[in-house]
Amino acid sequence: MRYAETGYNLEIDMSTGNIEKVETDTELTNHYLGGLGTNARILWDRVPPEADPFSPDNLLIFGAGLLTGTPAIGCNRTIITTYSPQTLYMAFSMMGGFFAPELKHAGYDKVIFRGKSPDLVYVWINNDQVEIRDASHLRGKGAVETEKLLKEELGDSRVQVASIGLAGENRVYMASIEHGRSSASRLGLGAVMGDKGIKAIAVRGTKDVNLARPMEVIDFCNYLIDYIPERDSNPIPGVMPILAGLGSPKEMLIHDEKWHTENFMWGNARTRIKDYWTKDVEEKWKETQESVRTRLISCYNCPMECGAIVSVPGISTYMMKCFSKLTYTMAAYSDLDFGFRIAQRATEYGVDGFSTPQVMAFALELYEAGILTDDDLPGLPEGNEERFYWLLDRIVRREGIGDVLANGVYWAARAIGKGAEEYDHNTIKKHEQLPLKLSMLNPIYFLMWATGEKINITQIEGNFPQAPFPTREEREAFVEDWPHVPHEKFKEYFVNWELRGENSFPYYPPPEATCDIVDWQETMHYIDDALGVCAGLSSFPLKPPYHIHNWPVLISAATGMEMDKDKLWEIARRNRTLIRAINVRRGLRRKDDRPPENHWKKRFPELEETLLDTYYELKGFDKNGIPTRESLHDLNMDFISEDFEKRGIYNDGQSEEKS
Amino acid sequence: MAKVKKKVKVIKIDTDKCNGCRSCEVICSAFHASDKYSIVNPARARIRLVREPLNDVYLPVYAGEYTGAECMGRDKYTVDGKEYEECAFCRASCPSRDVFKEPDSGLPLKCDMCEEDPPLDEPLCVKWCLSDALTYEEREEEVEEEEVLEEMDTGLKSLVDKYGLDNLVDSMARMLKKD
Ligand code: SF4
Ligand code: SF4
Repeated sequence: MRYAETGYNLEIDMSTGNIEKVETDTELTNHYLGGLGTNARILWDRVPPEADPFSPDNLLIFGAGLLTGTPAIGCNRTIITTYSPQTLYMAFSMMGGFFAPELKHAGYDKVIFRGKSPDLVYVWINNDQVEIRDASHLRGKGAVETEKLLKEELGDSRVQVASIGLAGENRVYMASIEHGRSSASRLGLGAVMGDKGIKAIAVRGTKDVNLARPMEVIDFCNYLIDYIPERDSNPIPGVMPILAGLGSPKEMLIHDEKWHTENFMWGNARTRIKDYWTKDVEEKWKETQESVRTRLISCYNCPMECGAIVSVPGISTYMMKCFSKLTYTMAAYSDLDFGFRIAQRATEYGVDGFSTPQVMAFALELYEAGILTDDDLPGLPEGNEERFYWLLDRIVRREGIGDVLANGVYWAARAIGKGAEEYDHNTIKKHEQLPLKLSMLNPIYFLMWATGEKINITQIEGNFPQAPFPTREEREAFVEDWPHVPHEKFKEYFVNWELRGENSFPYYPPPEATCDIVDWQETMHYIDDALGVCAGLSSFPLKPPYHIHNWPVLISAATGMEMDKDKLWEIARRNRTLIRAINVRRGLRRKDDRPPENHWKKRFPELEETLLDTYYELKGFDKNGIPTRESLHDLNMDFISEDFEKRGIYNDGQSEEKS
Repeated sequence: MAKVKKKVKVIKIDTDKCNGCRSCEVICSAFHASDKYSIVNPARARIRLVREPLNDVYLPVYAGEYTGAECMGRDKYTVDGKEYEECAFCRASCPSRDVFKEPDSGLPLKCDMCEEDPPLDEPLCVKWCLSDALTYEEREEEVEEEEVLEEMDTGLKSLVDKYGLDNLVDSMARMLKKD
């Protein structure tokens, strides 16, 4: 009997319509756990590195985390993996909601799509019965609307649906996969789903998920049930509201947006408005939020209520979570009411709420600069907000200039030329980033922005405070009750960290300590993404319920595997290295590990090189960011170095590893 | 019939506080596994969340009595402008639908308030509902003594209804022979 996992993947060839239920190898679970880890291994094994993201050879993998569907609170993630049409590297995005638990109850750990369907279809997974069905009646329908229509068509409100909107159908690089209150937004997963001709996947399952040592799992859950409300009602002093409690974060609950509106940039990541958050704004925004927010809602088996049902009078209801309430607002220099309105249309279209507003703000900057003209934007409305709607409509249809913008800022800038490249100032590895422009280099964030394989800061930062607390007393009080640290040295790093003086940025924390801090935070994310837990209960907040010392207990009780801290750390390291290797095989090198040039005003090139060197060394990468033979050997992944040898990756003149 | 004191157990449901997490279903199914907590399967839970986010419908419903015959018609409520699915509020395990039935055997499910020896402080769905949509109260009442069908009787009765007494007896006779 398999515990926690089902032991089966569903393999669907969209070209031939062939559907198979395939038993999985327990060795893979032992090596990579599940979720992101096993997704990555499948991608490595089965998709040649030359494959175009829009070729039938590319896979689109929906994987449930190893602990998804167990009673472990917050373990509900679906991890979706493919090659990104935008970055051309591996794309992965995790979505919450109810999809992955339902998939497990239907009897599968993953659904793996290959090939391409000539017609638009949807896939209906009802326990052992799996069908590919015509979706021509759903063409052009919104993602949320599609979910509703399919539930009606299938006659069961318990069916879980993941769908794409118009953006995915038209292979827009910012296309997301939407699922109720959740979405897998980043890196163009929806475009690959559209390319494969899949409008939606509907799943319903009524089978058991088994636990190896049930009483131990329940004991652990009882701890969670006590700890979570306790921790959440004791916010950490001195930390901004969204980071003081648990959750991912609770943007739908919190009204106080002083920090985001005054520290993040408006427009095309351009302008900081320092005194934005006045009493008037606060009152108006609070009223807006309360008038449209019908209910705070959670994902499967999680009490955090990070999402909300949003009903703006006059437009149809949708669900929102996290930060998208501000991305459109700030890109358009508008207000929260506009943000909630345009996000409704954007959600139906199925687009990434981080990238899309930035692409539109970028286009309008080009227009103001005369690089795009009235000829490029025929019929562009006068009003600023109307222009955002106008651009959004064109992008998702790939109409006129929309066809260029649909590939994101990086590709659009190169296609437009005439100096447009200068306006592409906030991408990393061709992917749009949070609009942050700061002053003094932060060594920890430098490494995380530069090297994160997810190319998204929120999916690498987390357990270590973002800034030192002003006084030593406060820092000492914080570390007193901090069992989460993998090693006592992290307490020292924090206690000695000062806002000013010798022990402050950019030379403190020193490179070794900086790398340790990055390593710890990153490792926790890799653990979460393999297990399928929401980062909001684990790798994202300070002092979360799950940590490196208690995960092994739960993993072992739920799955029956032997597990301890060191073994878990090694698996996370293996998964991290595997994804780096996948990207190296697709051309990623040290030169690509860079934050946007203007991310900080004060840069320290020499220090930055030292930071990268130190990080690579800790990770077992060579000076060019390529995992070394030795480190791959230690991680039982000689198959990767053998492949690198064959392809000449170690000797392509780009690698400085001495052989 | 004689009067007896009876503990009345009340789960209070505040639908406004429900966030749709379905933790109540998760823990109920785990607790009632034949080997306690060894499986999770919301389809086996004795509580069911009727959930239609776009309509703001969040309605936890408890499994009540098994019924052999379905109602003559259906009911469909609209409350505060929200339309609920047909028979949404009904607690019966009934032949007209597949809710509150074991997914494999089709045997009816019924909330037993997490009967346990020694008794739990509160039903587990209540304990796991961290948003306080579910809360628990006990009070004493004097009631007439009554005969209660045990779980097996209910299960057997449903099989009789489904297949007929003769068929059931035949099939049990066959099973006896095999052993
Ligand atoms: S009281 Fe116990 S048996 Fe009844 S629904 Fe809740 S968890 Fe299930
Ligand atoms: S546990 Fe509570 S909040 Fe969650 S679905 Fe059940 S009743 Fe609603």
